Amino acid sequence: MALFVSAIGQGLIWATLGIGLYLSFRILDFPDMTVEGTFPLGAATAVTLISNGWQPLVATGIAMLVGSIAGLVTGLLYTKGQVPILLAGILTMTAVYSINLRIMGQANRSLLQEQTVFSAPLLAGLPKNFPVVIVGIGVMVLVIGLTTWFLKTELGQAFIATGDNANMARSMGINTDRMTILGLMLSNALIALGGALVAQNNGFADVNMGIGTIVVALASIIIGEVAFSEQMTLTNRLITVAIGSIMYRFVLVLVLLVGFNADDLKLVSAIILGLALMLPKLGHHLHFKAQRQED
Amino acid sequence: MAIEKASLRLQEATVIVNQGTAEERIILDHVSLTVHQGEFVTVLGSNGAGKSTLFNVIAGTLPLTSGHIYLGGQEVTHLNEIERTKILARIFQDPKLGTAPRMTVAENLLLAQRRGKKRRLRDRGLTEAKRQTLRELTKTMGNGLSDRLDVATGALSGGQRQALSFLMATQVRPEVMLLDEHTAALDPKTSAQLMALTDEHIRREHLTALMITHNLADALEYGNRLLVLANGQIAQDFKDSDKANLSVADLLAYFERY
Repeated sequence: MALFVSAIGQGLIWATLGIGLYLSFRILDFPDMTVEGTFPLGAATAVTLISNGWQPLVATGIAMLVGSIAGLVTGLLYTKGQVPILLAGILTMTAVYSINLRIMGQANRSLLQEQTVFSAPLLAGLPKNFPVVIVGIGVMVLVIGLTTWFLKTELGQAFIATGDNANMARSMGINTDRMTILGLMLSNALIALGGALVAQNNGFADVNMGIGTIVVALASIIIGEVAFSEQMTLTNRLITVAIGSIMYRFVLVLVLLVGFNADDLKLVSAIILGLALMLPKLGHHLHFKAQRQED
Repeated sequence: MAIEKASLRLQEATVIVNQGTAEERIILDHVSLTVHQGEFVTVLGSNGAGKSTLFNVIAGTLPLTSGHIYLGGQEVTHLNEIERTKILARIFQDPKLGTAPRMTVAENLLLAQRRGKKRRLRDRGLTEAKRQTLRELTKTMGNGLSDRLDVATGALSGGQRQALSFLMATQVRPEVMLLDEHTAALDPKTSAQLMALTDEHIRREHLTALMITHNLADALEYGNRLLVLANGQIAQDFKDSDKANLSVADLLAYFERY
């Protein structure tokens, strides 16, 4: 039981990554590798600020701001510098590695007995893992609510059009470079928020904690899309990302229960994502075969 | 006679590609052209004559090597494509190019209503009243678009998409409208319908338009001026009565010559 409550909590706070990546990967059609640097950047910023006596909420907010700067750099490299998409992200990700070491002053930093967003007085007295679930739900409602609101503004619609048909967007007077940069900044702010939350929940930040995060974030998007494949509104689509993130955590729990250990998790994550990506294709093949047999 | 305002003026507009190399080629050769408000110009020319180049330099997607461009009396030579959308609208040949496929018909129209204007962090305003006006608007197309306001444009037929592109181009009145073979990808009936709607709209609103076409009959039937492009230059320029007296055979003869 505790394991499953923990999985729900983990799923909810990791879902911020899925939603962040949804903005870049799905809406802008921009495979943004910056994520792997921004996630530990958010973690490092929040943990360092908190251990220097800053309020956890303020520290988390600043982590988001710093994360958006990483997105800005990738955006400028891609739009103004004409650096290819993947390379732009990889450049920023690599540079941020050094920045993270600078911020923390060492490769990892723990929070010891510091306050975090999960130890707010309101949440005291709750059984173990429940504060994470409560905070996770709060964060999701806020993030999904604000994202949906933004996407329905004039600016948000211009952002969607940029990812959908950049030529048409320009012919409507939309500055597609600016929209791409804006999207990457918002996306990376959310990724950094995820990093800040995960670090506060784990009690430490590590310079290597970003490895494989893009797979985790993608997995929540793809699992959500495979599990709920019908057409739906954008709000509901973002909710399925959160559900996908929780489902992914459940699968990890099951994998651990059947005897794999934590060292295997990256391999397992990649396999889960690989399968989820191939599922629509596989399903189509199976369906096709079944139809043929009926003939 | 009052001097009519020039909506579009090209002065010695020239585009040279691969300048300074063995591949150097002049694709637009010192073209000077004045199009007055209310003129509807059809543009003919064989492949490589410079029709698309002409449109691209007017729209700002291709910079001039030398020369000047004026739109609505304002020099736009150094304005980029995005800045020129305040005065200019364009419809492409490929129905896929003119609309955002994952956005709905209504959303596309709302986008178009802010062409060349600032887009703010305020609600896009898809109210029930707005929906009603969009329904009335799309009804004028007479092709079922009005029943599909909330359908993603990717799911529309080519004809519906082009009709939508046309509506989008006219939401903010353009000083100059560029039609780049906008009916060429459609079946004959749909093509004729959209062509008639386009013509009616341009006349009613007294718009200035340039239309590339490969259809000689369309080039003769529509518009009040006809240009024949060849080798990056304007080879022939027929106005009003000159154009009215042309026949398809005349045009074919011109094509033979260049």
